[in-house]
Amino acid sequence: MASIEDIGVAPSGPAKISIRRHSLVTRLTHWINVLCLTLLLMSGMQIFNAHPQLHWGQYGAVEDPSWFEIASREDGDSIIGTTRIGSLTMTTTGLLGASRVDGEMTSRAFPAWATIPSFQDLATGRRWHFFFAWLFVINGLLYVLYGLIGGHFRRDLAPTAHDVAPRNVWQEIKDHARLRFPKGEKARRYNALQKLTYILVLFVLLPLMIGSGLTMSPAMDAGYPFLLDIFGGRQSARGIHFIVAWSLVLFVVVHVVMVILSGFWNNMRSMVTGRYAISEETKP
Amino acid sequence: MSRILSRRRFLIGSAAGLGAIGLTGCDDVASNPHVQKVLAMAEKLTMGSQRLLVSKQALAREFTEAEISPSFHPNGSTQPNSPDYVRMSETGFVDWRLKIDGMVNQPMELSLADLKELPSRTQITRHDCVEGWSAIGKWQGVPLGLLLQSAGLKPGARYAVFHCADELEQTLDGSGVYYESIDLVDAFHPQSILAYSLNGKNLEVEHGAPLRLRVERHLGYKHAKYLMRIEIRDRFDDLWGGKGGFWEDRGYEWYAGI
Repeated sequence: MASIEDIGVAPSGPAKISIRRHSLVTRLTHWINVLCLTLLLMSGMQIFNAHPQLHWGQYGAVEDPSWFEIASREDGDSIIGTTRIGSLTMTTTGLLGASRVDGEMTSRAFPAWATIPSFQDLATGRRWHFFFAWLFVINGLLYVLYGLIGGHFRRDLAPTAHDVAPRNVWQEIKDHARLRFPKGEKARRYNALQKLTYILVLFVLLPLMIGSGLTMSPAMDAGYPFLLDIFGGRQSARGIHFIVAWSLVLFVVVHVVMVILSGFWNNMRSMVTGRYAISEETKP
Repeated sequence: MSRILSRRRFLIGSAAGLGAIGLTGCDDVASNPHVQKVLAMAEKLTMGSQRLLVSKQALAREFTEAEISPSFHPNGSTQPNSPDYVRMSETGFVDWRLKIDGMVNQPMELSLADLKELPSRTQITRHDCVEGWSAIGKWQGVPLGLLLQSAGLKPGARYAVFHCADELEQTLDGSGVYYESIDLVDAFHPQSILAYSLNGKNLEVEHGAPLRLRVERHLGYKHAKYLMRIEIRDRFDDLWGGKGGFWEDRGYEWYAGI
């Protein structure tokens, strides 16, 4: 019989080592972004509700053609909410066009629970929107400066030739679809899909968001008329602002799902404290 | 162990806190006067940076006849109902007069005919409502700077305040009467005109007859309709709600460049 000293410890999995994954700047700017984008989306829906139509071109008002509209109509005693994209109209009662406010079905584009403030108040919505737009822009500039000077972009975001090789991208797509995420040494770095997605968001979607937002400003249009040419007019810019906003929402949804599936606590810890655990590969 | 737990607790706590703000306290926070005051600081930042980044003389884009909106959406007051206004509109505004007074050397009273004899500017510009829609129209009118120059501003003059004939909100104390104010940068901008014509026709009542302000680098609510009096002042915090305009007194920004 083995002596009590020989029992040893329970067999453990591969040894875990802890690495520094995210710098303080990345972590701070990330959480400020979470706050800003949430409040910008909610106040943005409040602003949209004041004119729940989107037009294409330089002008567009309630009398003019629209390619997107959230509307409502009365049907006997009830209110029907509808959402129209082009010529396709869907009934969206309860969510879009008509939704409950204090239990009562009310005509409004985005529902009360999604907007800041919950009741219709364009002035307050604008105040929230512009304050957090400024915070978002200042935060973004700090991040970009840090990314350039501190080498974060070059070191962590710039895809390598191996990253963007079609074979590697295809392999990563298959791995992601099977929910097989990089382990061990590979988990030290962003994979190619992550890099490409972050680059798309950081350098395409967010600049489009700011640019289309500024194009809606009559003063900025006077100072920088090329904005109107880039976006095809103020009403087009409003539509692009809307589309890109929901593209960012889509990104956030996928991002959060990936965070959960690839190790929620490990990911959260790395974005709060910076430390990320990876399993050390056992060498044969 | 305790470290991880405390982090977890911290995260759960933060998430719960955010959720509480999001669900229950949102409107209290959103409409809290202190919060509003902090949020309103962004307006000064916006005005400061737009004034810095956009030259004083930069013109709003002018469009071609082909780009004019098929119909120009009327908004706000579309039919003032004071007895004086109704009488004037029924007689073609022959006894309407625009007063220019306050901190000027030479107060003036001008009839519609007087204004139409002065040099005019015609511009096809885009009107942007704070609600989000836009309409393009052809405006003709007298440059505001020209009138202010001939009236002569007294030292210390800072704002042009526009008093209007329409009462957009019926109140007992008259605080629902429409008014607006702009500073001298906008008052002397070449495209700031007192318009008496839209799309080649005399301004219709729904668009602000007989005279409305066009201040093209601002949102629609700055473009006061049904003008009766332009008062030059050094402050506006002693007028009505103190914020410089009908909508400003109801929470909208005084600087409406975005």
